[in-house]
Amino acid sequence: MIRRTFAFFDERLGVSRFVRSSLDKVFPDHYAFLLGEVALYCFVVLILTGIFLTFFFSASSTEVVYRGDYHPLVGATVSDAYRSTLDLSFSVRAGLVMRQVHHWAALVFIASIVAHLCRVFFSGAFRKPRELNWIVGVTMLILAIFNGFSGYSLPDDLLSGTGLRIAFSIAQSVPVVGTWMAFLVFGGEFPSHRIIGRLFVTHTLIVPALLVGLISVHLAMVWHQKHTQFPGDGHTEDTVEGPKLWPTYAMKSLGLFFAVAAVLCLLGGLFQINPVWLYGPYHASQVSSPAQPDWYMGWLEGALRLFPPWEVRAFGFELPNPFFPAVLLAGLTFMGLYLWPFLEAWATGDRSEHHLLARPRDHPVRSALGAATLSFYVVLFFAASNDLLAKWLKVRVTIITGIFQVAVFVVPAVVGLVTHRLLRALARSGAPRFSEMPLRALRVRRPA
Amino acid sequence: MTEPRPEPQPELAPSPTAARSPARPIALGFTVSMAASIGLGVVYALGGQVQLEGLLLFFALGGIAVGFIVWGGKLLPQGPYVQERHPLSSGEEEQEEATEVFEEGAESLERRRLLIRLLTGAFVALGAALVFPVRSLGERPGGSLFRTAWRRGSRVVDEHDKPVRPDDLAVGSVVTVFPAGNTDAADSQTLLIRLGPGQYRPRRGREGWAVGDVVAFSKVCTHAGCPVGLYEPDTHQLFCPCHQSVFNVVDGCEPRSGPATRPLPQLPLTVDADGYLVARSDYTEPIGPGFWNRDR
Repeated sequence: MIRRTFAFFDERLGVSRFVRSSLDKVFPDHYAFLLGEVALYCFVVLILTGIFLTFFFSASSTEVVYRGDYHPLVGATVSDAYRSTLDLSFSVRAGLVMRQVHHWAALVFIASIVAHLCRVFFSGAFRKPRELNWIVGVTMLILAIFNGFSGYSLPDDLLSGTGLRIAFSIAQSVPVVGTWMAFLVFGGEFPSHRIIGRLFVTHTLIVPALLVGLISVHLAMVWHQKHTQFPGDGHTEDTVEGPKLWPTYAMKSLGLFFAVAAVLCLLGGLFQINPVWLYGPYHASQVSSPAQPDWYMGWLEGALRLFPPWEVRAFGFELPNPFFPAVLLAGLTFMGLYLWPFLEAWATGDRSEHHLLARPRDHPVRSALGAATLSFYVVLFFAASNDLLAKWLKVRVTIITGIFQVAVFVVPAVVGLVTHRLLRALARSGAPRFSEMPLRALRVRRPA
Repeated sequence: MTEPRPEPQPELAPSPTAARSPARPIALGFTVSMAASIGLGVVYALGGQVQLEGLLLFFALGGIAVGFIVWGGKLLPQGPYVQERHPLSSGEEEQEEATEVFEEGAESLERRRLLIRLLTGAFVALGAALVFPVRSLGERPGGSLFRTAWRRGSRVVDEHDKPVRPDDLAVGSVVTVFPAGNTDAADSQTLLIRLGPGQYRPRRGREGWAVGDVVAFSKVCTHAGCPVGLYEPDTHQLFCPCHQSVFNVVDGCEPRSGPATRPLPQLPLTVDADGYLVARSDYTEPIGPGFWNRDR
């Protein structure tokens, strides 16, 4: 039977040679290499749960009177998008678990992409010949963040509507074309009745299609270039070692898919996420407090809160305040990510091929810069909760904000210097891992 | 002569670890998964329950996960197998040839200079024509960011379209108001605040804009457009919950802290013949966050 199937396809497509070499393909084993797979499997869960949700969601801003199963809101005037979100949560059997698994999967999806990006960065996997795949990866990160935000905005609740209002203001802050851009994207002045429908098409069709295409390219490049691996155990630049795809690696990887799906279902079942019925429907003159976005928008929200009350007005034109912490910061962030492999090659003069990964200690400057940059965004992330911190600590929010405004520069500097020092000491000590490094390795060696 | 009893072969000896053969957890995983899936069917048939569904899905998927991972890790060949990497580059010769083939083709095209130029022109024109539908995506911004629905004589109404008299507000209270007939106009949302007697310090040129101690300011934050939703009567301060901008009402809603750079615009008020609050005009400056040509 199997022989006949192989023959059928081989006589028409001549695929046997490819199938054989694919089944025999060797994949290096390391837990850190699983992060990208976790992201991929989150994406699969997102597609499956997302398809279910589209059957019930109505992407319409038309106002209706709510008459569903959630009693506190019966009689309220809400958009049809909000009504359908409540209905699919309360009246559709298994609807709520699907919706919550979808939301959790989105949060874990972006988290695993960021973790994967960190692994690739700190192990130097982005170096020649893998710069192109780094670019594809950064593009997918941007698309994932965008799709997270657009999906979060669809239910048209008070929290996400406020997020859209801020997004409109940010678009409006772009020099010269900002106003036009905001009006074209939203279909008119905020709040436009067109935006929910547009976000829906973008969220469920355009961006997922782009992601499917880019994931294919990403995997095809890994396939063709073969995976990197860590040095040691006799690994060389010219070989790749590990179990074969068929059946060992395939079975382990399928196991990982089921594990990821299982954990996402546990989160979606037991941990409430985005209870839009508690926030209420969006009305432009209402707002909830405190207001925090999903985690992956925290750095932008934090930057908006920390940036001082500055704006530029010259020659009758204005660069509004949100332009700097939102548009400029996001632009520089992703531009920096895109260019990093080329900047590093230029700075170090290293233009050779690398298939063996580096350990962070082997490149203390890169690792220190990476750690400092990461800590900058972590500080921004926590700054997005300055109102909550002020409430918990019973301190005025201006004081908290002031502390963050200093910390956002001091923390990265300290983290960078400490990382550099520790990694240099670690490299000198020759200890196999950080926890085994003797303390005396930290002592400064003065030049004789 | 007696033969020595042969030593039992190591692999045939009953070892204490045999009971913990990897097949056990795998079988257990698949069994748990089956049971959980049946449980899911029961929960679904009984009307569904989100926590149970999540938990059972966890066991249904997780059982298979455990089975696959243990199977793949313990019962299948681990190698490690070693494969050669193949050089990625096809070599300088191939690069040279590919470049040549391309250039040869390009040369035969370049001989038709005029046609190439016309082709470029056609593509540019087509590209420009394809941009036109983008224009259909939204209305022309025009003056819409410069004006709101407030007009000279617009009656001040609350969210239920009910007109407001100055005495309807207690001292220290605040109400969100709109121009009559436009309670859904997001850019016209306005805060009507009644201060204590004599607390209001009008800015120059705005002496007649309050009615008694009642003042009106745009509710749209000048930073990022959130509704400035929180009022603290003791300090006369308005707080924006989004990015913590603070505005002081008694001195014309100047920003006190936070990222906002401009005061909340003030709506000039008066009363009509029936004693209801009306606007003297629209706002005298654009409300809400800044934009490129705001000062034009």
